[in-house]
Amino acid sequence: MRHKVAGWKLGRNTAHRRSLLRNLVTSLILEERIETTVPKAKAMRPNVEKMITLGKRGDLAARRRAAAYLMTSDAVDKLFDTIGPRFGDRNGGYLRIVRSGWQKGDGAEKAFIELLGSEKVLDEKRQKRSEARAKRVAETKKAMEEAEAQAKAEGGAEPAAGGESKE
Amino acid sequence: MPNPKRRHSQRRTSTRRAHDALQGHSLSECPNCHEKKMPHRACSKCGYYKGREVLDVEEKS
Repeated sequence: MRHKVAGWKLGRNTAHRRSLLRNLVTSLILEERIETTVPKAKAMRPNVEKMITLGKRGDLAARRRAAAYLMTSDAVDKLFDTIGPRFGDRNGGYLRIVRSGWQKGDGAEKAFIELLGSEKVLDEKRQKRSEARAKRVAETKKAMEEAEAQAKAEGGAEPAAGGESKE
Repeated sequence: MPNPKRRHSQRRTSTRRAHDALQGHSLSECPNCHEKKMPHRACSKCGYYKGREVLDVEEKS
């Protein structure tokens, strides 16, 4: 008896659910790691694994079937060029789901879902992000200082006093 | 419709509720930062799970 193993409906009708899952799978293949709720992560897992299996087969029919499911051709290219070969020696279990906390608002449990072996890519991404953030911080700081100096130069005592109190 | 015949006393109510207390979560210790964390989840303090799996906790603080 296969009672209670029907999977996840996610509170959506069939078309809505299919769109959601296709979007999630495409994003995961492009980004290597996405943050979502635990049920969505679990619901998308079989679909991702099927896509990776197609990516490992690598023939034209497989490519067409992947293109019919994934939302962008970038994702198809990435699936067949980098992700498929990466999992050549592994039979399933390509994904990792790590519970990471709770969502503000409705308290849903959130999780990261990521492709195994994507640690290097993700570390590079994180480093790039932090560099961009540092750059942005430096730029805003500079802009603020410049604006303050300008305000001081332009309008006598009053704006200058305002600027000092802000500091 | 049947109705209550007598008012319940405060004591009766509180005696009934004596066993209704919520239990705390059983927490495990994070092997990286030794804070208490929920089991089978990434540590919310240091962002580690099973050796790595850094969430961006450190960068924000």
